[in-house]
Amino acid sequence: MVRIMKTTTIVAVVALAMAIATTATAQVKVVTTTQDLASLVAEVGGDKVKVESLARGYQDPHFVEAKPSFVLRLHSADLLVVVGRELELAWLPPLITQSRNPKLQPGGAGHLDASQTARILDVPTGQITRAMGDVHPSGNPHYWLDPGNGRRIAKAIEGKLAQLRPADSAYFAQRYADFDRRLTEGERRWKAALAPFQGTRIVTYHRSWTNFTDAFGLAVVGYVEPKPGIPPSPAHTLTMIQEIKRQGIQVILVEPYFDLKTPNAIARDTGAKVLVMPPSVGGVKDASDYIRLFDYNTNLLVTTLKSLTGR
Amino acid sequence: MHETSTRCVRWCALTAVCAVFFAGSAAAQQSTPPLPQVDPQQLRQEVDKLRQELLALRDAYEQRLAALELRLASVSGTPPVAGAVAVPPPVTAPPQAAPVAPPTDAPVASTVPGAGGPQGALPVYGNPSAMSKIFNPDIAVIGNFLGAVGKNDIAPAPVFEMGEAEATFQAVVDPYARADFFLAFSPEGVEIEEGFLTLTSLPGGLLAKVGKIKQQVGKVNTFHAHSLPWTDRPLANVNLLGGEEGLADSGISVSRLIPNSLLFLEATGELYQGNSGVFQSHTRSDVSWVGRVRGYRDITEATNLDVGASIARGHNDAGPDFTTRVFAVDAILRYRPLQRAIYRRFIGRTELFWSDREQEDGTVPAFGMYVSGDYQFARRWFAGARYDWSERAYDATLKDKGGSLMLTFWPSEFSQVRGQYRRVNFAEGVRSNELLFQFLFSIGAHGAHVF
Repeated sequence: MVRIMKTTTIVAVVALAMAIATTATAQVKVVTTTQDLASLVAEVGGDKVKVESLARGYQDPHFVEAKPSFVLRLHSADLLVVVGRELELAWLPPLITQSRNPKLQPGGAGHLDASQTARILDVPTGQITRAMGDVHPSGNPHYWLDPGNGRRIAKAIEGKLAQLRPADSAYFAQRYADFDRRLTEGERRWKAALAPFQGTRIVTYHRSWTNFTDAFGLAVVGYVEPKPGIPPSPAHTLTMIQEIKRQGIQVILVEPYFDLKTPNAIARDTGAKVLVMPPSVGGVKDASDYIRLFDYNTNLLVTTLKSLTGR
Repeated sequence: MHETSTRCVRWCALTAVCAVFFAGSAAAQQSTPPLPQVDPQQLRQEVDKLRQELLALRDAYEQRLAALELRLASVSGTPPVAGAVAVPPPVTAPPQAAPVAPPTDAPVASTVPGAGGPQGALPVYGNPSAMSKIFNPDIAVIGNFLGAVGKNDIAPAPVFEMGEAEATFQAVVDPYARADFFLAFSPEGVEIEEGFLTLTSLPGGLLAKVGKIKQQVGKVNTFHAHSLPWTDRPLANVNLLGGEEGLADSGISVSRLIPNSLLFLEATGELYQGNSGVFQSHTRSDVSWVGRVRGYRDITEATNLDVGASIARGHNDAGPDFTTRVFAVDAILRYRPLQRAIYRRFIGRTELFWSDREQEDGTVPAFGMYVSGDYQFARRWFAGARYDWSERAYDATLKDKGGSLMLTFWPSEFSQVRGQYRRVNFAEGVRSNELLFQFLFSIGAHGAHVF
C-alpha cells in the first residue's frame, strides 16, 4: 500500500513537472501529417512554433508506414494537424493511440482536422461500395490544392494556435493576415497565367487534382487509374488511349510517387505529354512551401501548354 | 449520411404504409357495411388512389428530409458542398399527411402517478432515428479461406476450409480510452481472439491495455492470422509457444516509452491469468507474466531496424509445481523507398526462442527459430521465403525443420490471394510436401495496417 502511494506520488510529481515544462517552453510543438499542412502552420505560427511533418511530399499520403519513430514525435507534440477525410486512415490511428498523448486523441485540444472548414469536392452521392475502388465516403481528401482551401486551413490553424497560446494571438493574427495577402496576390498571378488555357482538358493518374482543376478552370476528363487506388489495367488503358485521341488531350498529369510506365505508354501512342506534377509541398525541391507549390505547378503547366499550343 | 437518409425515408414510408393500412381498414370496418360482392374495378381504383397518396406522401417526406439535412449542415458549420444535388425548398406536406403522423411513444402510462411504473423519462429503445447509429463502432469482417494439397501425415489440414471469419469492432470509448474487439468465428466455434480496452490518456507516458490480449512474446505471436506474411505460423511458434493460436490470454499490459535521444525504446510488462498456449494455471495465483523491451531506429528514411527481447513465465500442464520460461529475441529489417512505397519493399525477419520447461524428468531446454524474407516486386505482387527450425518444448531431442516459398497477389487493398509451397521434415522421420493456398478478403471499415 505504501509502495503504491509512493509510486502514485512519483507519477504525479513527474506529470506535474512535465506539465510545467511544456507551458514554460515558448514554442508550440506541432506535428502535421503532410508537408502542405506543415507549411501552412509555419506561415501562421512563425518562430512561435516548431513544426514537422510525418509524411514527405514525394510520398503517397495514403500509404505511409506507421513507424515507431513517428510515435516519439507525436508523444512530445502539443498539436497534431491532420488532412482528414480518411486520407490517413490506414496509418494514423494506431500512431495516435500509441502516442500516450491525451491532447492529440480525437476530440482532444491538440487535434485539428484541417478539412473541417475546407470546401470539399467529390462527396459521393448515392450508394457507395468498394466496387468503385478506394472511395472516400466523405469527399476528396486532396482539397489543399485549392488556394481558397489553403486560406481556410490557415485560418483554422490560426484559431487553434491562438487557443493554445492566447498570449500570442495577435502575432498569429498578424502572420495570418500577411499570408492571406501573399496568397491573394499569388491567386491573381496563377489565375492570370492559366487564364488563356481555361477549359483545357487533361488526364490525371489519380483523382488528386479535383480541387486544383476546379480552382483554375481546367477539366479532368479521365484517369490513368481505372478506379481510385486500382492500378492501371490493359483494357482501361486502351479506352484512355482512344479517348485521349478522340478529344485531342495533350497533357497527362502524374503524381511523383506513381510509376511512369503506363502514362509513358499512353503518351507514346497518343502524342500527349506526361507531366510529373507534385500535389504536395516537398514533392519536388522547388515546391518548398505552400505558395511556391502553386508557383511551381502553374509555371510547369503554363510552360508546357504554351509549347504545345503555341499560344 | 446518404445511407442514413435512405433508411429514414424507408422508415417513414413503412410507417406511413402501416398507418394508412390501419386507418383504411378501420374506416372500412366502421363506415362501410360488409359488401357481399366487391367490384374489382372499384377496388383497383381505390388501390390506385392509395398508391398515389402514398407516393405523394413519400415525396413530401423526402423533401422535408432534404430540407432538414440542409438545415443540419448549416447548423454544424459544414459549408454546403458544391456540385451536390440541388435541394428543393421545404414543401409543406399535403393535408392528408397530417393525420398519418403517428403519435410518439407513449411513456405516459408508466409515469402517471399511481401507474406503478418507474418515474422520470424512460429510455427509448429501437429509436427510429438513424442518428443513434453514429456511435456504432467501426465494423469489419475479414474472411480467411485456406486450402491444402499434397502430403502431410503429421498435421494434415483439410483440402478446403473457411478457416476463420474475424469480426472487428473498434471505437473510442470516452476521452480516456478506446476499445478493440476481434472475434474469431472458426470451425471450432466463436472465440474472442482479442478484446481489450486501451487507456490512452494515462500520465507518465504510460499506455495500458486491459482485456484479452495477444502476449508480446516475440513479434509473430501478436499478429492476427490475416496480417501474417504466410498462410501458417512458423514451427517455432507452434512448438514452443503453443499451437496456431499462440499466447493470448486475459490480463493487463502496461508499456512505457523510455525517452532517449538515440532510438525509440519501449518497455512492456504484462500479467495474465496463466491459461494460454504452453501455460496452464492450476490455482488462481498461478499467473503468467511477460516482460519485453523493444528498440526501433530509422537507419535512413527508407530503411529501419526493429529489435526486441521478451521473456515469459508461467505454470505448465506437467503439474502445479512445474513452470515454463520462454525467452525470445526478434529482429526486423525493413526497406521501403518512400517515393516508390507502393511498388517496392523488403522485410527481413527472424525470431529466436529458448524454452525451459520443467517436467517430471527434469528441465527441458528447447530452441527454435525462423528466418524469413518478403520482397514486393510489383504494385500487387510479393514473393517470400522462410526457413524453420524448432525443437519440441517437451522433448528437445525431437527436431522439426522446414522451408516455405510464398507468392502473394493483392487484387486491391481489401483482398489477397496467396500460395505457399511448404516442406517439413518432422522429428518422427516423416516428410511433408504441401501446396497451401489462401484467400483473404475484408469488408467494412478500413482497418489500419500493422507495422
